[in-house]
Amino acid sequence: MTINTRIPEVLERHEAEILSDWMKEQASALTQRPDLMKESEVREESTQFLKLFREALAGNNLIEIQKPVWAPVREFIGEVSRSRALQGFSPTETATFILSLKQPLFTRLRQVHEGQADYLFEDLWNVTVLLDKLGLYSVEVFQKTREDIIGRQQNEMFELSTPVVELWQGILGLPIIGTLDSKRSQQVMETLLKRLAETQSEVAVIDITGVPIMDTLTAQHLLKTVSATRLMGAECIISGIRPQIAQTLVHLGANLGDVITKASLAGALAVAFKRMGLAVGPVRRQSSDTA
Amino acid sequence: MDRIPILRMGELLLVTIQVDMHDRLATVLKDDLANRISATHARGVLIDISALDMVDSFIARMFGDIAQIARVMDAETALVGMQPSVAITLVEMGVPLTGVRTALNVEKGMALLRAGLQEERADDDAPAQ
Repeated sequence: MTINTRIPEVLERHEAEILSDWMKEQASALTQRPDLMKESEVREESTQFLKLFREALAGNNLIEIQKPVWAPVREFIGEVSRSRALQGFSPTETATFILSLKQPLFTRLRQVHEGQADYLFEDLWNVTVLLDKLGLYSVEVFQKTREDIIGRQQNEMFELSTPVVELWQGILGLPIIGTLDSKRSQQVMETLLKRLAETQSEVAVIDITGVPIMDTLTAQHLLKTVSATRLMGAECIISGIRPQIAQTLVHLGANLGDVITKASLAGALAVAFKRMGLAVGPVRRQSSDTA
Repeated sequence: MDRIPILRMGELLLVTIQVDMHDRLATVLKDDLANRISATHARGVLIDISALDMVDSFIARMFGDIAQIARVMDAETALVGMQPSVAITLVEMGVPLTGVRTALNVEKGMALLRAGLQEERADDDAPAQ
């Protein structure tokens, strides 16, 4: 396919005008966000993009933006989209950055192709296809960046969701808040066992006050955790069993076996103290001691 | 052929597994332990597996077997220092390891076995008085 295009030539000759038109176009667009980005920054990005765009076009490869000659442009768009995604732009606002270049380019092309409708049409079509592709690519990168952010936040929440705290020397506590699915149960088991090995604690208390619903699978997971704790040579107590959960467990026929269960964390702690030969009592203060 | 050494500490036998367990080694250990328990009249067996970071079902069953053999010969078994990953594997495999006592480390395991022996003696002494 021979491309009889004058787009590179137009860009070469009218770069400054196109840039200023483009800037106007972007400024007038409703998608401009002066609160997020200064005009000078937009200008800088636009200038940079036009330069790269022109250089890529010089390779006379109009349509296939996957070709290596377009790599710098793709990279630049990727960078811009990523930074905009992080700044809080919407996808439309991000894509408009590229798409708003159409109008200024069309105007120039019309001047160049004065009276040659066929050529004008061909070039307009080329520009449209090309800019659409670049625009879509920017949206794609934008989307990907947002997904990455969401994924990272999910991971952070996931890691935060299973803290293991030391209630007393040799007693670990693991308060669980939120639904226990199999992935999280696995995480609970792993973190608990790891900490048990690290701290050489003899008793672990799993507090499920914050678990809204319990099904057989969850109960199964808890039982597995208790068994694994025992295999390591520690004792595991489950506390915070609420009335609804107790009813559900009985209704489901989930057999908690010989697992020590307590209604409250305090009860569990009392058992743990007893097991370790500790006692908590009121301090007896005698007036004669202070003298 | 390499063997896992069995040390005697008073009434207890101490086995520290420092190498990768394979099936043959485990079988030999089982035989050796049975012989040593009978020869030394040991009352307890302490197996330290803190250096073991992988077990398969065969090895797991072997530990169970050792515990039962020891029990028949009037000795308690304690498995100490199990790695978290090993504990998870055993639970997932559904190996219950019934009759095996566990402790976090050798020190605690030894205390556990000695406490068990003392209790037994107290029970033995009680009716005589």
